[in-house]
Amino acid sequence: MELLLVIIIGLLYASGVYLILRRSMVKLLLGIMLLGNGTNILIFLLGKITKGSPPVINEAYKVFQDIYADPIPQALILTAIVISFALTSFAIVLLKRVYALVDSDDLDDLNTPEEEDL
Amino acid sequence: MLFTVLTGLITSSLLIPFGKLVKAKWSIVLPLVPVLLFVFYLLHIPTILGGTNLVQHVDWVPSLGVNLDFRLDGLSLLFALLITGIGTAIFFYGRTYLKGHPYFDRFFAYLLLFMSAMLGVVLSNNILTLFVFWELTSISSFFLIGFNNDSKASRDSALSALSITGLGGFFLLAGLIYMGHIAGTFMISELFTKHDLIVDHPQYPLIVGLIFIGAFTKSAQFPFHFWLPGAMKAPTPVSAYLHSATMVKAGIYLLARFTPILGHTEIWNNTLLIVGGFTMVFAAIHALFRVDLKGILAYSTISALGVLTFLLGLGTQEAIIAAAVFILVHALYKATLFMVTGIIDHETHTRDLTKLGGLRKVLFPVFIAALLAALSSAGLPSTFGFIGKDLIYEATLHYKTNWTLWLTALAVITNIGLVAAGFMAGLKPFTGKLPPGFANVHLPYPSMWIPPLILGSLGLIFGVFPGYIGDIFNYQAANAIVQTDTAMHLKIWHGFNTVLLLSLATLLIGIVVYFFNKPSERKLAAVERLNSIAPQRIFSIIGRSTMRLSNWYTQTFHNGYLRSYHIKIIVFAEILLGYKLWISGPIHIKWDSLTPLSWYEVGIVAMLLGALYIIVTTRSRLTSVVSTSVIGYCICLMFVFYSAPDLAMTQFTIDTLTTVLFVLVLYKLPSFINITSRWLQLRDAVVALGFGVILSLIALRVLQEPNVTEISSFYGENSYLLAKGKNVVNTILVDFRGLDTMFETVVLSIAAIGVYSLIRLRLKSSEKE
Repeated sequence: MELLLVIIIGLLYASGVYLILRRSMVKLLLGIMLLGNGTNILIFLLGKITKGSPPVINEAYKVFQDIYADPIPQALILTAIVISFALTSFAIVLLKRVYALVDSDDLDDLNTPEEEDL
Repeated sequence: MLFTVLTGLITSSLLIPFGKLVKAKWSIVLPLVPVLLFVFYLLHIPTILGGTNLVQHVDWVPSLGVNLDFRLDGLSLLFALLITGIGTAIFFYGRTYLKGHPYFDRFFAYLLLFMSAMLGVVLSNNILTLFVFWELTSISSFFLIGFNNDSKASRDSALSALSITGLGGFFLLAGLIYMGHIAGTFMISELFTKHDLIVDHPQYPLIVGLIFIGAFTKSAQFPFHFWLPGAMKAPTPVSAYLHSATMVKAGIYLLARFTPILGHTEIWNNTLLIVGGFTMVFAAIHALFRVDLKGILAYSTISALGVLTFLLGLGTQEAIIAAAVFILVHALYKATLFMVTGIIDHETHTRDLTKLGGLRKVLFPVFIAALLAALSSAGLPSTFGFIGKDLIYEATLHYKTNWTLWLTALAVITNIGLVAAGFMAGLKPFTGKLPPGFANVHLPYPSMWIPPLILGSLGLIFGVFPGYIGDIFNYQAANAIVQTDTAMHLKIWHGFNTVLLLSLATLLIGIVVYFFNKPSERKLAAVERLNSIAPQRIFSIIGRSTMRLSNWYTQTFHNGYLRSYHIKIIVFAEILLGYKLWISGPIHIKWDSLTPLSWYEVGIVAMLLGALYIIVTTRSRLTSVVSTSVIGYCICLMFVFYSAPDLAMTQFTIDTLTTVLFVLVLYKLPSFINITSRWLQLRDAVVALGFGVILSLIALRVLQEPNVTEISSFYGENSYLLAKGKNVVNTILVDFRGLDTMFETVVLSIAAIGVYSLIRLRLKSSEKE
């Protein structure tokens, strides 16, 4: 499974980078989201992935009796997901605002007109 | 002494708030500054004549050895008197010259800044402080040359002057630091004792070379001379003050100051002789072909600076005395001639020698001033210029090498040129017939013609009492340059000897040249044709190439397109990461430790890859948004399989929310248009795939590292014991790292406020296109 995850990380990063190199603002945003997902899986992979043993202590005991999945990457990813949501939602609303102002999705239309006059 | 430097600086900055007031009513306070400083330095003459040097020390940056050390000796005093004395004349003159000019206050702020900086240069006892003031003179000169900032020629000249002197300053700084490093001190007074140490050092030629570049650029020596004629675009008071009497002499001051430290070697003397000798002859001949009054004066100034360099190059006691006297001689007559030119320009609106004539009838007092200056410049007996010329000839004739004759010949040719140039500038506009157009030319205010008249008369008075004047002004200056008692005493009459004959011959030939050399545009054009091989062409080519290079750089790296920045950052990261991966050795995959695959995992991965393909290729906005959410759900399922229930829940919620928000906001946007070319898409795809491959390789590399689980086991063991929670991820977030989570909440709240206010913000009608 690890090898599949490695391939997925690579492809998520590649598509993310490809999308942020586009002129469209929506694509730029989608690209950032893909990069975020890729990073999350990369962190997940850094802790050893374990099947079927979540880091939750059994009801009857006070400490773990068996092996358990690494909780630190999970805590990190959880934070990352939430923060990236804050970023994404703000970016989406900002995008709407920009679209209402310049009536375009093209990043090049945002360049200040003074520069062209020079 | 510190206060004399600060006075000008403070007055200059006070002109920012009070400029309008001074311009309207109180402009008379401006000339008072140089007057007070002049009196201050006059009062110091007795002390310095007694052979005492005044020293002042104020800590500035003691840790770097940069302190405000000032030292007043004969040489500094001569220059300080020139700066404040000529400054007094210029300030009175300039106040009338620029009356009613919109930038009147600005002009005097620059001029005061310059005066302080110049005083700082000649008074500094610390070579680094000297350098700071040195650069300040270049900067104030830049503003003054470009004072008529609506003229392109003015701006170009200012830029060229700043580039040349700034470039020289750069070399000078290197030379000064090197010299201070070798000598172990930055104090000039201590450097005097280190002459042998520095001269015997193997890097001595390098130091001398660097300092020479600094001095030659400032004092307009060939091949750096061309900025000075360009600097004549400045208002005439500036040309008179900076570009003939004071600033350009800073290079000469530097050479004179360092003569006892670096001088008396073959490199020193021969370089100065060659550069000074060539410059003085070249510029003296060049001056004769000019038709613009200021052009003549500019080239004769370059020639005079060449003479001074040449004299310092001779290095004998007689030559040093000649230099110390000639500095004063030249400053007096050249400032006068410039001010006269300014009056002519001010009243007739032309400086063209072919058009001017007969002005003595309308500008009689100005004519007297110009005549006195021209006679002093020609070296007529009983003028101060005569004394100066005698000393120069004595210095060359008594120089003990086989070259004596040649050196004297050079000096004679130069002086003939200077005589003729002096008459062209001082006599020609006033003689002959008055053109009818100039009949109603009238005298300007007395405050404009009195200063040149005084300076011009001084040339005569000093010439009549040379012994007395020389003792006061030049004796200690010469002593400071050679660092011993020169026992100099100027005399008006030396008897009939070779020097007198040479002087008279120079004068006669000069007058003959003056009468036969009729200034004409044709001759000027002939000389101008040589410009294609002149050094300024090389400099302007360098300047243009630099401009093109920086233009290209900006266009390439700062073109304002986001994706262009992205691609550069990413390619750079790829190179760095790729290199790091390459040198970190081969990657081994531990096949036995991998988790086995099951069919549903393969299914999820296939779904994820399919969604990814759709996002990259689709034209529909909605499809791509939905595909992103599919990816999110796939990742969510993977979290479920691999023991991360909390992550799965969060991912599920967040992904749903994001998609809903996206769809709500963007449903009315048009579909993507394909605007980039195939080639660009291919290039981006290659870059993107490269980045993905590198990240995959990094992930593989990480897999082969042993897992460190100490921290994880700490949380695992203590989750219930310390935090009373059985879900370890939860206890980490809300207990062990609770503060972090709290700040995360703050970030979320800020984002929420941002989202809310952006949604509530109504478009104003004016903002709609």
